[in-house]
Amino acid sequence: MDKSREGKVKGRRQTGECMKEKEKVPVSANKTDESIVERFVVSSSPHLLKDINIPKIMHTVVIALAPAMVVSIYFFGISALILILTCIISSIATEAFFQRLRKRPITVYDGSAIITGILLALTLPPSFPVLGAVLGSVFAIAIGKQFFGGLGYNIFNPALLGRAFLQATYPVLITTWSKSLAGSGIDVVAAATPLALMKFDGEMTPYLDMFFGNISGSLGETSVLAIIVGGLYLRYKGYINWRLPLGYLGAIFFFGAIFWLFNPSKYPAPLFHLLAGGAMLGAWFMVTDMVTSPVTPLGQWIFVIGAGILVVIIRLFGGLPEGVMYSILLMNSIVPLLDKWTRPRIFGEVR
Amino acid sequence: MAESKGIYREFIKGLWDENPVIRMLLGMCPTLAVTNSVTNGLAMGVATTFVLLSSSIIASLIKGIVPTKVRIPTYVVIIAGFVTMADLFLKAQFPPISKALGPYVPLIIVNCIILGRVEVFASRHSLGVSIADSFGMGIGFTSTLVVLGAIREILGSGSFFGLQFLTESIFTPWVVMILPAGAFLTLGLLIGIINFIKSRSKERGHTNL
Repeated sequence: MDKSREGKVKGRRQTGECMKEKEKVPVSANKTDESIVERFVVSSSPHLLKDINIPKIMHTVVIALAPAMVVSIYFFGISALILILTCIISSIATEAFFQRLRKRPITVYDGSAIITGILLALTLPPSFPVLGAVLGSVFAIAIGKQFFGGLGYNIFNPALLGRAFLQATYPVLITTWSKSLAGSGIDVVAAATPLALMKFDGEMTPYLDMFFGNISGSLGETSVLAIIVGGLYLRYKGYINWRLPLGYLGAIFFFGAIFWLFNPSKYPAPLFHLLAGGAMLGAWFMVTDMVTSPVTPLGQWIFVIGAGILVVIIRLFGGLPEGVMYSILLMNSIVPLLDKWTRPRIFGEVR
Repeated sequence: MAESKGIYREFIKGLWDENPVIRMLLGMCPTLAVTNSVTNGLAMGVATTFVLLSSSIIASLIKGIVPTKVRIPTYVVIIAGFVTMADLFLKAQFPPISKALGPYVPLIIVNCIILGRVEVFASRHSLGVSIADSFGMGIGFTSTLVVLGAIREILGSGSFFGLQFLTESIFTPWVVMILPAGAFLTLGLLIGIINFIKSRSKERGHTNL
């Protein structure tokens, strides 16, 4: 009874697998059957397919991430470029190595490993050592993605998992921030992020600096403007659902506002929550990850609201200044359950 | 001849084919908790081997006179006695190790490897075979703990047996490896690699590696 729906729910995750099957078919079929086999593709529903595929989506996401990358290179200089390239190359190499080891078709050109590499690099501080970035990328792809079965099977966002590993591995290095250097002649200036300033020193950063990115922080999360440009491009292309980013940011705003109204002198204003740290990058590029977010509307609402609550709680009461990474990872872990619980009932189905 | 061959087989199976940690996934609690350094892993392994060996000898000797209905309580009392001995010995001779292991030494009592071997093996086999079996299991357990401890200590604090050979300037320690998360990651990867080797050797037709 539920099979058709189940197919739809799963179909999205198996798109990558279907493509591999298609490639395989002509090899296994006889020469005489080849033309017939090519014309009839046997697959589960949905049968009406759009003219999009995994490489197309992934490369669009890479284009959408371009503004954030450009801004990070502008603000943090050559070290940002080196970190981004390191993460991309080591992600691709790890993916190819494990697909070879698992005797699977090597699909590093579909762009998913590139995105993992870029996203991981964008969450690292500019002065992070290159070898550490390689370690994070290897962990992200090997344990975060390939061990679960490759693209579409991973429970957690690989880039965030890699960053979480680096956070536990190098707790000092990953919280050593340097200020953006555009226009100054100095090499490195150690500086705290707006969130750390707020949490440990009770100091506020001007909103305009946070919006344009002239602050210290991870490579790609400083400039809210660049991220929004990329996110809106993705929305225009129709590859992300409006519920996920807006729901996430809305939940952070709403729960931040509750604490702010309760005690404005102690807690930061809700707008600060939105502009600071990785909230924007997480909302547009990590919460919206097709693989690790729920497929049903109700599930998506629970997912983003839960993550939003976690961000505010970790930022205000946790030991760490930033909570975006753990909020998304924690909610990722219940996505399979959300998909199961919130599956819409078929008309006439008895509960 | 047949007897000695049996003894050898029972001894060797605990090292690889039926390694209690890697193959049977028993005794996970001490495995994950105390392997943050080689010293701790080795101490825990030796203590457990001592308790396992002694309990197996006693259980094998008294197998005829213990009523079936009360055999488990009997074994628990025997094991608890030897664990108390091991605990007091460590406290007296190696206070720092005893402190580092903390509650995990008394907890050897509930280590499922020991009760498992005593219940399914020592209580049903003769003395010689039981000794071989428990000794093999003990060595298998200890070696796995030492390997885990070595990986975690080298990567997590840049030292081996407490000897600092990687300085901060050339290697930044991976703090995660001495945290609980590092224990799970290392054990999982180790089991994964060994399963991979096993399946590879099976594919090639070798049954024993």
